[in-house]
Amino acid sequence: MTGVPTIEFTPNLRRHVACPTESLEAATLAECLESYFGRWPDVRGYILDDQGGVRHHVKVTIDGRNIRDRLGLSDPLLPGSRVHVFQALSGG
Amino acid sequence: MTGRIYAGTRKGLFAIDRKRSGWEITKAALLGDPVSMLLPGADGAVTAAQAQGHFGVKIKRSTDGAETFEERPVPVYPGKPDDVEDIDPIRQTPVPWDLKTVWSLETGGPDRPGELWCGTIPGGLFHSSDNGDTWQLVESLWRHEGRKQWMGGGADYPGIHSIMVDPRDSATIRIGVSCGGVWASYDHGETWSVEGVGLRAEYSPPEFAKEPNGQDVHRAVQCREAPDAVWMQHHNGIFVSRDSGRTCDEITDVDPSVFGFAVVVHPEDPDSAWFVPGVKDEFRYPVDGRLVATRTRDGGKSFEKLTDGLPQEHSYDLVYRHGMDIDASGNSIAFGSTTGNLFVSDDQGAHWQCVSHTLPPIYCVRYAP
Repeated sequence: MTGVPTIEFTPNLRRHVACPTESLEAATLAECLESYFGRWPDVRGYILDDQGGVRHHVKVTIDGRNIRDRLGLSDPLLPGSRVHVFQALSGG
Repeated sequence: MTGRIYAGTRKGLFAIDRKRSGWEITKAALLGDPVSMLLPGADGAVTAAQAQGHFGVKIKRSTDGAETFEERPVPVYPGKPDDVEDIDPIRQTPVPWDLKTVWSLETGGPDRPGELWCGTIPGGLFHSSDNGDTWQLVESLWRHEGRKQWMGGGADYPGIHSIMVDPRDSATIRIGVSCGGVWASYDHGETWSVEGVGLRAEYSPPEFAKEPNGQDVHRAVQCREAPDAVWMQHHNGIFVSRDSGRTCDEITDVDPSVFGFAVVVHPEDPDSAWFVPGVKDEFRYPVDGRLVATRTRDGGKSFEKLTDGLPQEHSYDLVYRHGMDIDASGNSIAFGSTTGNLFVSDDQGAHWQCVSHTLPPIYCVRYAP
């Protein structure tokens, strides 16, 4: 893969907060998110909990695979990786 | 006579206004997301706390009577040190240092403009002195060894559902915790101690039944003009305190039941209080399917059942702990139920108007000042 990683958010989040797709230099998910929150600070609280882990009902994939480190966000990114942030299903 | 009520529900916020012909819903806002708590202010201000299922707790504030809202900062728990153990004593699971629900929201005393107190699940109390621009965890309570004895009740984790700022002294703060009893601070939150001696949990092992810390107070309210009177709806029944919550007396003989969640006290008359009972803890619906409010006017010596305008057959309404409120005059009372029924009485409960029977499940009802 070439280029820089991109990060994209579920359309369901756009109802709550502006969260456009971005391409960002990053070697890990943590770097990617920090860089994104630098541009879009309001998004942080929608994705991460108070301890900095991924919210319980939020799902993050890198190139189609679930991340492994939901607390430390250490999963590596490749130059052209695509990060997707979804909501896990829950209902009522 | 004007008047406005806000109802926070599972699917949004509703405004209900008093019209010539009675109360009617005039506005629906924040549709789609649960509103766990709300705080109306003066001049059309209203703050709503949302519990978004996926994306966490959010606070929205309107200054134009719920026409438009802006997102406001939320309380944030501090990083949990690795060497701190914080385990729910009953479930034996870690208590998350993470905001789960805004469960109570109150303004400070009139001598402290801009002050807000916010009670949360999993048990943190937060303070703001700038009208919610910034929030600080009340560390003295959060790090109190007694706090670690609190446990979840209906929710997975403990929560602060009642905050009483003493009308005589805004540095005196009392809180009700499910399940953690009644706590007080007399120095504006610097130090805390458990009170509520006399609360009783019949369902606990006998040696713990009267331990004040850990009691499942469902709701506690203080009389505005006679603040020595604090009324409590407890998991076990009804309790009243005549010394601002230090000691409590149990009231056991109430038809049809002493079980429930909500309570309001008249703002001027400490002997008048209202409840909406269910059968009991494992049967959370009205006795015989007849929805009633109960009212005492003599400090709990006797109660009357209020039924005029309430469904008297096949009602399975439960009123949550924040689902009932009384206005500043003490004449108008409103309550909303899990079935989405909203009732208002302008004569202290003698007659009830059903404003709607099709709202989403109702979490929180409050009169605008």
